[in-house]
Amino acid sequence: MSVGAPRGLASSGQKLITEILHPLSAAEEPLSPGHDVTISAEKDKQEPGLTNGTPLEISSPASASVLISRLQLDCELEADAHDPFGSGEPRDLFVTVDDPKKHVSTMETYITYRVSTKTTRIEFDLPEYSVRRRYQDFDWLRIKLEDSQPTHLVPPLPEKFVMKGVVDRFSEEFVDTRMKALDKFLKRVADHPVLSFNPHLNAFLTAKDLNKRQGLALLTKVGESVKNVAGGYKLRARPAEFCAMGEYLDTFSQKLGTIDRISQRILREQSEYLTELREYGAVYSAWAASEEQLQRPLEGVAGCVTTSCGALEDLSDNMSQDFLPVLREYVLYIESMKNVLRKRDQVQAEYEGRLEAAVLRKQEDRTPIPVEVEKCQDKVECFNADLKADWERWQRNKRQDFKQLLTGMADKNINYYEKSQAAWESLITLLQEKQTEDKTSDTN
Amino acid sequence: MNGRTDGQTDGWMDRQMEEDWTDGQMERMGTMLLLRQRLVTAQALGFRTRCSPKPHPTITPSTPPYLPNLELLRFFSVMRMRIASSADSSSNNSQMIMADSGSSDEVAVICNTDITSTESENNIINTMVERGTALLKKMEISVAEADKRTGKNTVNMQETYTVYLIETRPAESVSEGGTPVAPDTLWRRYSEFELLRTYLLVTYPYIIVPPLPEKRAEFVWHKLSADNLDPDFVERRRVGLENFLLRLASHPVLSNDNIFFLFLTEEKGWREAVLETGFQDKADSRLKSLSAMFRVKNPDKRFTSLKHYSEDLSTVISQLLRIRARVADRLYGVYKVHGNYGRVFSEWSAIEKEMGDGLQSAGHHMDTYAASIDDILEEEEHYADQLKEYLFYTEAVRSVCKKHELIQYELEMAAQDLSYKKQQKEELETGTVRIFSLKGMTSKLFGQETPEQRESKVAALEQSIQEGEGALKEKNAESQEFVEKAWNDIERFKEQKEKDLREALISYAIMQISMCKKGIQVWSNAKECFNKM
Repeated sequence: MSVGAPRGLASSGQKLITEILHPLSAAEEPLSPGHDVTISAEKDKQEPGLTNGTPLEISSPASASVLISRLQLDCELEADAHDPFGSGEPRDLFVTVDDPKKHVSTMETYITYRVSTKTTRIEFDLPEYSVRRRYQDFDWLRIKLEDSQPTHLVPPLPEKFVMKGVVDRFSEEFVDTRMKALDKFLKRVADHPVLSFNPHLNAFLTAKDLNKRQGLALLTKVGESVKNVAGGYKLRARPAEFCAMGEYLDTFSQKLGTIDRISQRILREQSEYLTELREYGAVYSAWAASEEQLQRPLEGVAGCVTTSCGALEDLSDNMSQDFLPVLREYVLYIESMKNVLRKRDQVQAEYEGRLEAAVLRKQEDRTPIPVEVEKCQDKVECFNADLKADWERWQRNKRQDFKQLLTGMADKNINYYEKSQAAWESLITLLQEKQTEDKTSDTN
Repeated sequence: MNGRTDGQTDGWMDRQMEEDWTDGQMERMGTMLLLRQRLVTAQALGFRTRCSPKPHPTITPSTPPYLPNLELLRFFSVMRMRIASSADSSSNNSQMIMADSGSSDEVAVICNTDITSTESENNIINTMVERGTALLKKMEISVAEADKRTGKNTVNMQETYTVYLIETRPAESVSEGGTPVAPDTLWRRYSEFELLRTYLLVTYPYIIVPPLPEKRAEFVWHKLSADNLDPDFVERRRVGLENFLLRLASHPVLSNDNIFFLFLTEEKGWREAVLETGFQDKADSRLKSLSAMFRVKNPDKRFTSLKHYSEDLSTVISQLLRIRARVADRLYGVYKVHGNYGRVFSEWSAIEKEMGDGLQSAGHHMDTYAASIDDILEEEEHYADQLKEYLFYTEAVRSVCKKHELIQYELEMAAQDLSYKKQQKEELETGTVRIFSLKGMTSKLFGQETPEQRESKVAALEQSIQEGEGALKEKNAESQEFVEKAWNDIERFKEQKEKDLREALISYAIMQISMCKKGIQVWSNAKECFNKM
């Protein structure tokens, strides 16, 4: 896998801020810090400040990310309406997850999904790829991403474990819900300016056989313990903005939980309503059987009730399959975000601890502050910058996602009522026709 | 009012129908109405009057001019449809039918799907009225209000009960700017309505007497009160009682009943008047017919199938009402839980910046949605009441069928009795014993009776036979008359039922459409708010 600074795409653009090694990745392969920022001619007009070379502060490597994220912010605000996941720049990596298939082997049964990629990026040898992956593979990818990009928020995966007795892992509904979540996950990663350039993602999307290293679990644990060393430090003062983030996440998570409970309650009530409604329709049918003139009207009413039942079923299904999973996924997302915040705290704590120690030593025997401490400071600043950038992006996406989710919910409800109304209206025309028929025959 | 010098009223009345009435004329007419009431009362109480000797005044051209009569009163010009009681008249109702205007009967406004169910119910009432009984042509009837009273009951205990105000006023022409005549009013309690109905049931056993609204609230869903003093229940009962009176007033036979007329017009003396009719005695026979277990050999097949039909109808409507109550309960739950969205959206909006406003307003719409179910379900109660009326009607139908069976049974018994006697006579005359009897055997064994004895027996039998034949003839005639009258009313009832139930279904459909429209409205509003997030 080639590692190097991304070269600019062949389009008009400015000189890029590139080739800055990510400070935190000193222990691993250096990864590219920034997404290609090609500002098209149109956007130039809207951001005169940048194109005219307004002086920017590029005093520390961290600012690079800040600059990039600021550019992203402006671009994305405009692109919001059209591109829910978009970063506003022309997208050059498209991924899709679809086509679930069941595989039966002697050891186990599992589902694979087709992962299709279309891209113009140079990091990819071919413009198109199509591979099959299973949930395990997605899990592997996520862990890899988290390990290699600890300062970035990695989108969540749908729940890993399902109670075998309770949920049918191979039912169409379950597979479909999971597939949609996996698709979302991959799209979010692909849209992330940093994560999308991760070589593990590349491997995931392109390799025929994902050569997951043995002792995957061990590796994960090792990675964690490395970080835990840093966790021995106590954090002095968390900057206010990160406190605010933490609080926001807590409250938001709570509210989502409430919404989840309310939605489930509504589903339960709707289901009971549906049961009664079906019986109700049946009585009208039974009545119709013993009537002559009233038979058709009564059958008509029974029919309308049945139609309403069907429409209600659709509504409920939609809520449970499309609405609730997204809610739950956001709760997972929030957990991820909280984790990242915690990691940031740890990094800051480590820095503060080392700094304190170094200062003390300096006072004692005039040892200069070691480079490591400075490196720590860089780490902290970088983390903070990355986090803030990701936070902004996360907020934007959240806004889009919930807008979509809630308008979708409203739409489904409107659909339900429309179907029901149409049925009843056609019944009225039927009944009134009959009425005028009878009246004219009376007066004749 | 133009003076009347002769007893002829034709032509003059037609002319009156064209003209408008002044207040003075209205007042005079009101006075005449009162006078007429007094006259009728007097007749009902058995006083001979110079009017027709029949207890119920009928229209006769020979009626002395100074006494008001039906024909005179009938000329309260074009019949005004009964507008929805008290102040709720809507513009729709002004389109209502004018009977006597010669226009084809149309139940207006059904095409307008915004009509509420109360209005639709009034369409039914108005339809009844358009058939134009004599009573309805001359007076408007309404149960305008309800009130609470306390008093001592039969066991001398204080009790609180509800009374209902019955208003009657002359059917007036539409006068421009004229104030309507003040109505005659009196107060009645539910038990008096019951007494009236019992009287009618007994007096007209071949008529399907309209039912009263339920005494106690049944088929309630949990939010609805089962308390008789609950204002919503009282209000629905008021409507039901009015409906009852209008059904009576538009019945071709019952509307002419004097006791009914007194019920509407005489507050004080009514109870005595009812008891005076002596209907209690007949009440026993009716009770007998209802509870008796007897087997009829040859019932009229139409009655049998009608009885079965009404049993089926009763079952199915009961089922429907029960399930409807459960459905209402569930629907209530669904709507109300949505109110929780309102609260959580509001709380959530507090921590959001750009999304806050949209969420907050959407939350309000969710509250509106949750609150809307109360009105929706209240309206549905009207539908339930319409169904209940027909549920109770089935009882009346069954009682008519039972009465027929009783008469038929008596007829069969009389015939059987007669044929037995004839056989006996034949036996005695010919000496053959066809019917085994102990008496016959003993007399054979222990000696014949003397010829004189036998002759007197035969004579007695012949007498008995003659009486029996007379009785049979009577019974036959009674049965035939009953069947004819009953079947007449049954046909009328069938037509009424078909029409009313179809109207009820239409109004139910309209309610459903209205509910859907409201739902769409609220969710569209919420969607707009979400879009602004």
